[in-house]
Amino acid sequence: MLTLNNFDKAFENRIRLQVMSVLVANESYDFNSLKELLATTDGNLASHLKALEKEEYISVIKSFLGRKPNTRYKATIKGIAAFKKHLEALENLIKQQKG
Amino acid sequence: MKNKDIYDDISSIKTIMERSSKFISLSGLSGVLAGVYALIGAGIAYTVLPPYNNVITDYQSAQTAVFYSYPKGLDLVLFAIAIGVLLVSIGTGILLSAQKAKRNNQAVWNQSSRALLNAGLFPLVTGGCFAFILYIGHHYGAIAPTCLVFYGLALVSASQFTYGDVKWLGILEIILGLLALMQPGYGLYFWALGFGVLHVLYGAIMYFKYDRVNA
Repeated sequence: MLTLNNFDKAFENRIRLQVMSVLVANESYDFNSLKELLATTDGNLASHLKALEKEEYISVIKSFLGRKPNTRYKATIKGIAAFKKHLEALENLIKQQKG
Repeated sequence: MKNKDIYDDISSIKTIMERSSKFISLSGLSGVLAGVYALIGAGIAYTVLPPYNNVITDYQSAQTAVFYSYPKGLDLVLFAIAIGVLLVSIGTGILLSAQKAKRNNQAVWNQSSRALLNAGLFPLVTGGCFAFILYIGHHYGAIAPTCLVFYGLALVSASQFTYGDVKWLGILEIILGLLALMQPGYGLYFWALGFGVLHVLYGAIMYFKYDRVNA
């Protein structure tokens, strides 16, 4: 059995992990582009974004493009740190197996 | 957590990071076609240019020759050929990239293609203005090299948002432009080489490297 130290519960879900990957690689990303990229539904994505927001891993920027509402997401410093820690945990797991 | 899950997680992080920040639907085939259009355009330009164009090999005499002995309106004909090639190339590029995007389940107009365009547009528009100012000042011999250099800069700048190969095409265009600047009078040949031959080669490489596997 592998040890699950340092594993972030918030990233257990694949969609949440992917959202975080996108926001770490890009300055900010809007809702529709995220939805298209991850091939998910409005409701599903919204609920995962809410969860990440609750952890304060991402911040929401609401604005208007003309009349259309445009919601963008950004990774917070806390979120980026948590993501890095999670990656390290994944890395350690792989090392453990090989060792 | 199972073994397979970890590897799946890691590979999904990697692909998502890449797909979110790079536009991967740039069509290779459209590169080949753009090169072919440019070669056709260069061929037409060659036939309308006076034959003594070939003996002019310094900037001063190029300016004098264009000024006194070129048929009136020739500059407009050349300009129309260049714009025609540009528009048809852009049209083909958009059309074929849209098709490829559809196959990749990616939208053509998304965050990464916007970033791509944004990065390329500044050097390109600057180059266009630069070339136009050269034209107004009758520095005709320097226009073709200028176009190549600025186009190359635009490609290098845009390459961070798409395949890395685009950067190499940009570097080659810049080198070609600088060489052209040292060889006044051969602008058309360098133009055909840079916009024609290089595009065909690059497009073919891209097509075999990325498009065929996905098709």
